[in-house]
Amino acid sequence: MCLAVPGRVEEIVEKSGILMGKVNFGGIVKDVCLAYVPEIAIGDYTIVHVGFALTRIDEESALKTLEAFSKMGLLEEEFGASEEAAS
Amino acid sequence: MKYLDEFRDRELAERLLHEIRQTVTRPWTIMEVCGGQTHSIIRNGIHQLLPAEVEMVHGPGCPVCVTPLEVIDRALAIAATPNVIFCSFGDMLRVPGSERDLFQVKSAGGDVRVVYSPLDALQIALKNPDKQIVFFGIGFETTAPANGMAVHQAKVKNIRNFSMLVSHVLVPPAIEAVLQSPGNRVQSFLAAGHVCSVMGYWQYPEIVDKFKVPIVVTGFEPLDILEGIRRVVLQLERGEARVENAYARMVSHDGNRPAQDLLAEVFEVCDRSWRGIGCIPQSGWRLSEKYRDFDAEVRFDVGSIHSNESTLCRSGDVLRGALKPHECPAFGKECTPRHPLGATMVSSEGACAAYYNYGGIIPAESLTHA
Amino acid sequence: MPDFSNWSCPLPLRDFPNVVMGHGGGGRLSSELIENIFVPAFSNATLTQLADSSVLDRPTGRIAMSTDSFVVRPLFFPGGCIGDLAVNGTVNDLAMSGARPLYLSAGFILEEGLPLSHLAQIVDSMAKAANAAGVTIVTGDTKVVERGHGDGCYINTSGVGIVPDGLSVAPSLVRPGDKIIVSGSIGDHGMAILSLREGLTFETTIRSDCAALHTLVESALAAAASNAIRAMRDPTRGGLAATLHEIAGASDVGIEIDESSLPVRGEVRSACELLGLDPLFVANEGKMIAFVAPEHADAVLAAMRRHPLGAEAVIIGRAVEEHPRSLVAKTAIGALRVVAPPLGEQLPRIC
Ligand code: SF4
Repeated sequence: MCLAVPGRVEEIVEKSGILMGKVNFGGIVKDVCLAYVPEIAIGDYTIVHVGFALTRIDEESALKTLEAFSKMGLLEEEFGASEEAAS
Repeated sequence: MKYLDEFRDRELAERLLHEIRQTVTRPWTIMEVCGGQTHSIIRNGIHQLLPAEVEMVHGPGCPVCVTPLEVIDRALAIAATPNVIFCSFGDMLRVPGSERDLFQVKSAGGDVRVVYSPLDALQIALKNPDKQIVFFGIGFETTAPANGMAVHQAKVKNIRNFSMLVSHVLVPPAIEAVLQSPGNRVQSFLAAGHVCSVMGYWQYPEIVDKFKVPIVVTGFEPLDILEGIRRVVLQLERGEARVENAYARMVSHDGNRPAQDLLAEVFEVCDRSWRGIGCIPQSGWRLSEKYRDFDAEVRFDVGSIHSNESTLCRSGDVLRGALKPHECPAFGKECTPRHPLGATMVSSEGACAAYYNYGGIIPAESLTHA
Repeated sequence: MPDFSNWSCPLPLRDFPNVVMGHGGGGRLSSELIENIFVPAFSNATLTQLADSSVLDRPTGRIAMSTDSFVVRPLFFPGGCIGDLAVNGTVNDLAMSGARPLYLSAGFILEEGLPLSHLAQIVDSMAKAANAAGVTIVTGDTKVVERGHGDGCYINTSGVGIVPDGLSVAPSLVRPGDKIIVSGSIGDHGMAILSLREGLTFETTIRSDCAALHTLVESALAAAASNAIRAMRDPTRGGLAATLHEIAGASDVGIEIDESSLPVRGEVRSACELLGLDPLFVANEGKMIAFVAPEHADAVLAAMRRHPLGAEAVIIGRAVEEHPRSLVAKTAIGALRVVAPPLGEQLPRIC
């Protein structure tokens, strides 16, 4: 469920009482309701579902996750490689 | 796209798969609750790459699939009413009611429109003051803040020609229902990441304590799903049962407070029947007393429409994880995406359609030569 | 967007800025429409005779014939309009059987109230497209329907072309092992149209890829030994997936593609993510695929890349003996999935 797509906030405006903004999704720009992420700033990344920003993306955490993935299995790989060489 | 492409990296996927293979020693059954995750698993072929010990069961997490037949029939009745513009997410148009679907209502002259956001329906209401605009408000907790905001705006701005047919469903009661169902085989859950973006994950420790199953908040891209599976398998192998968050870039413990505040104002919890499953107590939201004026069921007096589901269709068993779609006797025979018997064959997220489209026809073994 | 600023209304029509029922009635208004809009734009000796049918010369070779109707909404979109679409669409259908397109007919169904300036613009872009493609519009017809009974303008074009003797290219001639070349990025046209849909609108620079492909076909054919190109198609409605399914069915082969090799523009990919669509199912109006005998694939690919419309051509997969009539894609993470044939219109999804 719940197709939500990350994009970068490019513009923040108040439109007839609601916080709205323009969010750039890899070159596609759409009007998005920012009412639920009042703390958001231009340049922040957010995740959008049916025209509503759900949360600010924690970019630091995203990088950390990727870094953890890239370290996975490294030790074993070296171990595995030397084993192969030996056989 | 940033924060999508990085999480589809093939080499990192292999690393995660390697970890899972290293960790697993026994068969485990994991349910991904969310239809979006089902879609991603099958769309990317993740299930083919997992070790044989890890069995993924597709859960009830597609709001399109579980919207009860009765509500669909009410939607069809409203959409066929003269002077109504019926707005819906695209997913709902092909969902079969008792006799027809929204496409057929449209071809018979009903004004049915696909919108991207409920706010678009509100715009249509402002542009067509002499028509009644009805939005089909379905979805899980993820979609509710959007639908709630549309109703809230309609009330604040006094847009009287707007109303909503609400059929919201909630994830935690569905997880409990699966765990309590007779013959349940599910041993752990990937919780739906975007639901948790809104709601946080503070509701889950209670379920974990009660049923002793690991629950890991998980995202939607291949790496996210593999990481969720990896963490679940690790807990299962160690005999642990905890709530973990494997989707920290999008999900915090408390979730989105402003959204939760609005939800509490606009909706109230109610019993809700799930298509193919039956009634789950306290598993839905309806408009609260204050917003009842905007309830399309009241405005169009369709409450008297009651419907019975197909007896052939086993979508309830599929949704509970008791049956794989291709084990249903009607799968691919009486029931195909062109002539769906159950909603799980309709939505691209539905377990039956996902099997049919992306993997059910050709067994994985016969594909491995490529 | 169309630019009407330089368009001036030919005198006798100035009394009627919009299409009225009489423009299809066969009377004076009809003649004025023909004489003031169609004939000047499509000017050629055959059409100027205004006879009931056109009598044409036939070069040697076999005749290819094709017809298509165009009902796009909106009529004008980034990268084109219904006019050039109607010409290029039929030119491409002819070209895909290896034909050199020669003549077109044009039938218009106009809705009462369509601004004549819009019609003139559409006709003008048809004329330009026909000129560019080297085809002649030799006969035509116009009818008008009451307001509310059409989307402004529908166009049917039929085309005649000549296929050189000895050449055979058809969807049924594909053999296992043949390589599949796609001429460039997929999904551009469908997404350009979708970006303008009420309720879905988004800002983008995506433009329709609407183009006539027959010279690209010529280059490809010239680079291959005789009949090494087994089949060609332009993947329009239903996108690449629909076309590959048709060919798999017609030739009774399986098809395997590599998803990471598919050329998709960044913005089209993003729009697909946003709306939950698969670029494989999104329409094209200026792309072709060719199934080529493996030993000639590189030569054909190189020739296509030298042509401006094929600069981004790539090999995306091959025909196989296994799983006949099915389309299988290798996913980004190296697994396989079955791609089902599209079922009707692609709808944006939320879940
Ligand atoms: S295959 Fe069709 S009939 Fe069987 S459970 Fe799925 S939706 Fe129901």
